This record gives sequence, C-alpha cells and structure tokens, in this order.
Amino acid sequence: MATSSVRRSLSTILPFREPALLIPAAGAVVLIYLAVLPLFMLLLGSFEAEVAPREYILTWKNYRAAYASEYTYSTFNNSLIFASGSALLTFVLGTTMAWLVERTNTPLRILFFPLTVIPLIVPGVLEAIAWIFLLSPRFGYLNQALMYLFGLESPPFNIFSMPGMIWVQSVGNVPLAFLLMVAAFKSMDPALEESALMSGANTWQTLRRITLKLLLPISASVVLILFVRALESFETPAIIGIPARISVYTSEIFVAFNEYPPDYGRGAALAVGLLLLSAVGVLLYRRITREGERYQTVTGKAFRPRQFDLGRWRWVGFAFLSVYFLVVILLPFLVLLWASFLPFFAPPSLKSLELVSLENYTYLFEFAPFRKAMWNSITLSLLSATLTMMLTSLIAWIVYKSRLPGSWVLDFLAFVPIAVPGIVLGMALILLYVAFPVPIYGTIWVILIAYLTKYLPYGMRSASGSIMQIHKELEEAAGASGASWFETFWRVTLPLLRPGFVAGWIYICIVSFREFSSSVLLATGESMVLSILLFNMYEQGQMTVVAAIGIVMILTLLAIVTVFYKLSGRVGIQPG
Amino acid sequence: MIEVQSLVKTFSERSGNTVRAVDGISFKIEEGRFYTLLGPSGCGKTTSLRCIAGLEKPDSGTIEVAGELVYSSSTRAFVPAYRRPIGMVFQSYAIWPHMTVFENVAFPLRVGKQRPGGEEVRRKVKNALELVELGELGGRMATQLSGGQQQRLALARALVREPKVLLLDEPLSNLDAKLRERMRVELRELQRRLRITTLYVTHDQIEALSMSNVIAVMNAGVIVQEGAPREIYMHPKDQFVAQFIGSTNQISGSVRGAERDGCITVATELGEIACTAMGEMPQGSPVVVIVRPEDIVLHTRRPQEGRNVIEGRVGAVMFLGEYLDCTIEVGKSLLRAHQPHSLDLRRGQPVWAELPAGECCALYAEGSPTILETREL
Repeated sequence: MATSSVRRSLSTILPFREPALLIPAAGAVVLIYLAVLPLFMLLLGSFEAEVAPREYILTWKNYRAAYASEYTYSTFNNSLIFASGSALLTFVLGTTMAWLVERTNTPLRILFFPLTVIPLIVPGVLEAIAWIFLLSPRFGYLNQALMYLFGLESPPFNIFSMPGMIWVQSVGNVPLAFLLMVAAFKSMDPALEESALMSGANTWQTLRRITLKLLLPISASVVLILFVRALESFETPAIIGIPARISVYTSEIFVAFNEYPPDYGRGAALAVGLLLLSAVGVLLYRRITREGERYQTVTGKAFRPRQFDLGRWRWVGFAFLSVYFLVVILLPFLVLLWASFLPFFAPPSLKSLELVSLENYTYLFEFAPFRKAMWNSITLSLLSATLTMMLTSLIAWIVYKSRLPGSWVLDFLAFVPIAVPGIVLGMALILLYVAFPVPIYGTIWVILIAYLTKYLPYGMRSASGSIMQIHKELEEAAGASGASWFETFWRVTLPLLRPGFVAGWIYICIVSFREFSSSVLLATGESMVLSILLFNMYEQGQMTVVAAIGIVMILTLLAIVTVFYKLSGRVGIQPG
Repeated sequence: MIEVQSLVKTFSERSGNTVRAVDGISFKIEEGRFYTLLGPSGCGKTTSLRCIAGLEKPDSGTIEVAGELVYSSSTRAFVPAYRRPIGMVFQSYAIWPHMTVFENVAFPLRVGKQRPGGEEVRRKVKNALELVELGELGGRMATQLSGGQQQRLALARALVREPKVLLLDEPLSNLDAKLRERMRVELRELQRRLRITTLYVTHDQIEALSMSNVIAVMNAGVIVQEGAPREIYMHPKDQFVAQFIGSTNQISGSVRGAERDGCITVATELGEIACTAMGEMPQGSPVVVIVRPEDIVLHTRRPQEGRNVIEGRVGAVMFLGEYLDCTIEVGKSLLRAHQPHSLDLRRGQPVWAELPAGECCALYAEGSPTILETREL
C-alpha cells in the first residue's frame, strides 16, 4: 500500500512512468558498491587478525600495533607539519599570484595566467623527481651551480628534508590555489571596494579593511582543502619522505603493506585513522563554505574587476611572476628534458653534450613493460573519465531534477570518496577484492574501480553545476512531445549537459592518467600503469629513463588536453 | 556645486577598438538641486557619474566639485576618490557583509582624515540610521537586512560623512515595483529636507520625472536634451527623447506651411495636421508629428468643429484600471489613445480622434540631413 502510493506520487512528479524507481535505485546500488563497500571492508579488516590460514578473529590488536608507539606519534606530528606547512605556503604563493594577475596592472599579467596553470598536468611523482634532480645534496644541478657560483663548500639546499617536502608539495598545488583564488577575486563585487573609497578610505585601507576581510572565509576553505590534500598525498612522501626517513601517515600505510610479511591489519588500522582525520577536514571545509555563503559577494553579475595601480611596484610583481615561472615551472621541465637525452645523470656541459641522444626514447618504445603501462594508462584514463561522467550525470539528474524524497542520500554517497585518501582507497580495495568471488584482483579493472570511486565527487561537481542550469521545462517539453524518459535524457538532457560533461571529462582524464596514490598498491605486473612504472624505475635508479617516461607522460597529457580543447570549443577546466 | 566640462572617457574593447563612452559632455548642477542623468543602458550616464566620483579617470575635460577642481586634463589634476567630498550609493548597494549595520555606517567616519571620537561616531551613526528609519537595527549583521533595508543602509552610509554631494547610481533598480515607488517618494523627501546636491543616474523615466529638478537625457555618450521634467516631457527636442520618455504616437509627414497662430501644418498620411514647431521649419522638411496618447480626445460622434480631427475605427481596447488603452485604426496606420474608463468603446465602432494642435509637436525626422548636421556638431 505504501509502495503503491509512493509510486503514484512519483508518476505525478516525474514526466515519465516506466523507470521511475528503477533508475534511482540502480544509482544507489552502484554508489554503495563504489563508495561504501570498500570502506566497510577496510573497517572490518582493521579489526581482523589471521590466527590460522583463512581463519580470522575480531581484535583490537591492529590498533594497538598501529597507535601505541612513540613512532606513531612522530608520524602523526610529521603529517601535521607537512600538511599545514605546505597548505600555508601554497596558499600564500597562489593568492599572491592570483592577486597580481587578476587585480593589478602588473605588465604581461594576462600571459601569466596560462603559464601558472600549466603545472596542473605534471604528475606529482614527476614533480618530486625533477626537484630531486635540482636540489639533491649529492648531484642536484641547482645545488652544484650555486656551489660553483658562490664558492660554497657544501650544497645550500637539501631536498631530503621536511622543508624540501613542503616545497615540492606546495609548488605542485599552487595552480589549484591560484585558480580558486582567481575565482574568488573575480566573483567579488568591485562596488564593495569602491564604496570604501567613496567613504574616504584610501587604497591601502580598502585592501586591508575590505578586500582581505571579505576574502577571509574563502581563504580559510582554500587552506583547509590544501591541508587535506597534502595529508592525503603520497607522491612527495614516497619519493622524498621515505629516503629522508621522514614518515607521514600515507607512507606508513604503504610501508605496512610492503613489508614482509605484509601487515594488512596494521595498515588498515592506520588507514582508518587517516580516513577520520581527512573526514574531519572535509566536514570543516563544508561548514566553512556554508558559513561563507552568508558573505555572498557573488551576485551573478559579470564584473569588471577594479585594478589596483601598483605604480612602480608593478615591476616587482612582474619580476616575481617571471622568476616563479622560470625557476619553479620551466626549470624542472628543462632538467627532465635534459636528463632524458643522457645515458646517465650528468650536469650540462660541453662534455656531456656529446652524450646527448634519443637512446632512452628508442629503448622505451621497445621496452615491453613501458608499452603495456602506456596502453593501460591511456585505456584507464579514457574509460574512467567517460564512465565517471556518465554515472555522475545520471546521479546529478536524480538528485537535482527528480526531487525524489531521499535523493540527497545519493548526493552524499557520491561525495564520500572526497574524504578517502588515495592510498586508503587502494588499501580498502585490496581487502575487498582479494576475497572477491570475481577474480579481478591484479587486473586493470580494480584500478578502474578505484578511479571511478575517487573521481565521483569531481564528476558530480561538474555535472551538477550544469544540470542545475537546465530549466525543468526543457525536459518537460520533451516529455510533452512524447519522448520517453530515456529519450529525454539522451536527446535533451545529455546534450545540454555538454559543457559540464566535457570540462569534467578532461579533468578526470588528466588526473586519472597521472594518478599515483591509489594505483601504487593496486598496479602490478600486467596491470602496471605509467606513474607506478616511473616510481619503480626511479627506485631502481634508472634516472634518465625515468626522465624520458616523464617527458612522454607530459606530452601525452598535453596532447589530450589540446585535442579536447579544440574539439569542445571554449570550455574551462575545473580545478579539483 | 558640480561642474563638468567637455568630459571625455573612452574604453578600449577586446577587439582593440576604442569606444567613446562619454563624448564631451558638459553640465552644471546648482547647489541643493536634484539632477538626473537619464538614458538607455550604455549611453554613458554611469560612466559620467563614476568619473565625478573619481572611480574612473577621464581622458579629457574638467570636473569641479564643491568649488574644488578634482579633475582637469590640462593641469593634470586628479583628486583620488577617497579625497572627494562625495557620498555614493551603488546599484548593488555594496553593503559589506562582514560588518554589522552600525559598522557599515561608522566606516566612513573611521577611515577619513578627520576621525571623530567614539561618542561622536555613535551619535552621527545613530542620526544617519534614524534618518533612513533603520534606528533599531544597528546591531544586526548587514546581510540579515532585506533589499529595501540594505538600500536605506547604503544611503545612511553615504550621508554619514555629511558630504557636499550625493551620487546615486540606479539605486532603486534592484527593488520590486511597490517598494521602488515608496523609496522614490522617501528619497525625494529626504533630498529636499537635507537640501543636498544630488546627481542621480537612471534609465527609468518615471524616477527621473518624479524626483528631479533638472533632467539631462543622454544617448550615445552625449546629452541630447537638458531641462525641467515638464519641459522634457512636453517638448522633447528630438525623436529619441520623445520615444524614450513616455509612450507616444509618431506620424511622419512633411511641412506644408506656416499658419497665422504660430502653428505649422504638416501633410501626413492621416491628412493635414496642425501642430507646434520648434523654431523655423522650412517648407517640405521631412518631420515627425508627436502626440501623447493621453492628449488625444476621442469622440463617438463627428464633432461639429475643431482642427486635426481624424476619422477611424476602434481597434483593440484594453482596460488598465486607471484608463483605457485603445488603438484607433486609420487606414493602415494605428494611433494609441488613453481614454477615461467611463468611455464605452466597442471594437470596429467608428470614432473621431481629435489631436489638439497645442499638444502636437513637429520634430525633424530621424535620419534627415538637418538632424545629422546637429549631431555632428
């Protein structure tokens, strides 16, 4: 009786009859499978211990092993220092650049916009390796150059340190902070500043008492998201932290999994802790952004933002942006490019110029594991981008258009993975699929599931952003013209969703191709992907081949972005 | 109080073209007057206002506010916005969301050169808030106010420094119709009471007509006509002004000749129409005869005498409450007439429209050589 009345009320809400309940139900099942089941297995795994082969008991032992030691305390401490240090540095750099580019008369500022965003596509592992090439105390080019130039006796920088880790993590995330702050500056009504001027406040008073104060909530949320990302990241901790013996949460989980015999229980217990920490961060973030809505500086109008006249200081701004671009963006790339042409690692000189050849590249293309990994990475990124966007378009439609009671649950489920660090997700999927009846463990399909899960929230954001802009009547008109639900979705809704779909697709394609922290536990042998192959070969010390792989990855990503940019016209890439 | 001379402001577009948003306008506002720049969007009215405020730097001309030269291209003088004795209300109100109502109003007193003490600030803020009837709400967060209250708050903030000049940039356009009507009256009363020199920018003719002492109608960066509201409405100088202010009938024709009583006759497709002319109009000039719908008198029987009587048929009749809005079909042309709702009109009924010669006005037709010449000057 209850069901029939629900069904009746549904058919009045929805412009179609047949799949009224089927589609939301299917969506819920898929989301629970992707987002909830692995976490449940992780929680279970953290309480399990194997007493005899294939015999498990529930126990607190794993948590004792994971948390009742001095060592864990220092790991926790390191994680906090690493995450907060890099969040602040990233924020300061990103905000300064956003302000210079968006709100001042710094010369050539328009040109700096794309230059600043380019590093978004550089894989984090590669970023870390490039900085080792530059700042390693033993062979770093920059250290050597500085020692030579200033007659120093010891290398001035040591990348294998906490400041080194913070630096690498920061420069990799500056584009994100930059884009978020540019958006914040853009959406601010310039009249708020102008009315301060009209009240008799001078430029400096306006900046201090109005502009900065108004940016406070968004700044807090940006810092928080950078903090969570650093906490969850594994690239820098793996490449720099592990050799430097600075262990953070993510590297600790990796070690527990990679030691012999692997300690799944302890790893899972650590993962649950990290999961809680980042969940708290995400919840705080949600609260701050919701609070921030009270500030509502956005009025939906196109503004012509007011530009601050920096006077002579504009050349200081210009110098800052130029140096940043040359040193932080161009130099690492050039170092990789240079190294990729060499048989072994050597500083640029006339002598080493004779060594230059394409040998690394020709080697790679005959190297079977590389070809396999390349194929896997491309397949995975295309599939995960397409499937994620299709799934999230459907979910977003259910959440924002069907107005079914309880559809917010789907929204929440699709948002859950944002709080799940990549390495925790990898851990959870191992626990799930090792015992899974379908033998997909060790294949790229597990990795595909990982990517699908991980990028659900990003897909949701792109899809829901544009689905909310589609007026309900456009779909109702299709229904009134005799189209079924499926025809309406396929021929009206999806085409209208195109801008959001394409933007989300490009973004997910890029981040899947460079994904590292969840693949690192899942990619093996046949299911190897490029980023992990890079990591493995780096650990084996094949520096120059690693550089060549890196260059190929960057070029492939550039090609993907360019092709889709051209195909889809002017569609913005949304920051993650 | 405000004197603007040959003000020019250009913007460069993305394509590289430069647009003359303000193209050499000059005007003078006497102390205590309510002066309105009226025109369609993109006519340069807001840019002019922003130049006076100091938020835009003009390309050339001079601006004088309260006896002080705040901008002059010849002497390169430019007083920054925060040093000008001006209060301003923005279209979006620009209420700072991170401050309370009190703090918003107190801000101008806390940043300027002269900073009164705490007690003085409290007194002045209180006065300003009471002036706009927000006296009770000082402690609220600014974002908790309704649209109308935010609008008053913006006004209080603009007035608290006791500026010499008040600039208002379409302050009522974000309010709903009923509230807008009320604020129109309040704003006007407040201005008259404080006798503060006010420059008002709007695209809404009703606001301009009802509030101003003087209206300047702008189009494409220049002032087309300046005058008292009544004069602008009754004697529009050209077709643009006539069209922009109020609804109007336009009948094209050519000048037939002058009559004894200062009127001219114009040959139109509706027949000969006697009307007033702005100055000399040579015979044969292409003109447009303007007559407001409310000035047309409809007769259901052929009147015994009277000039400018045109026979037609009643077309659509719309009952608008205050009056009837009806169309009269004359041959292929249509006339609009507003009539008292006591009149009983049926579609298709023959009717005689009387166009009182005193209310008909001949203007040079748009695009005729004479008009082009004056434009280029």
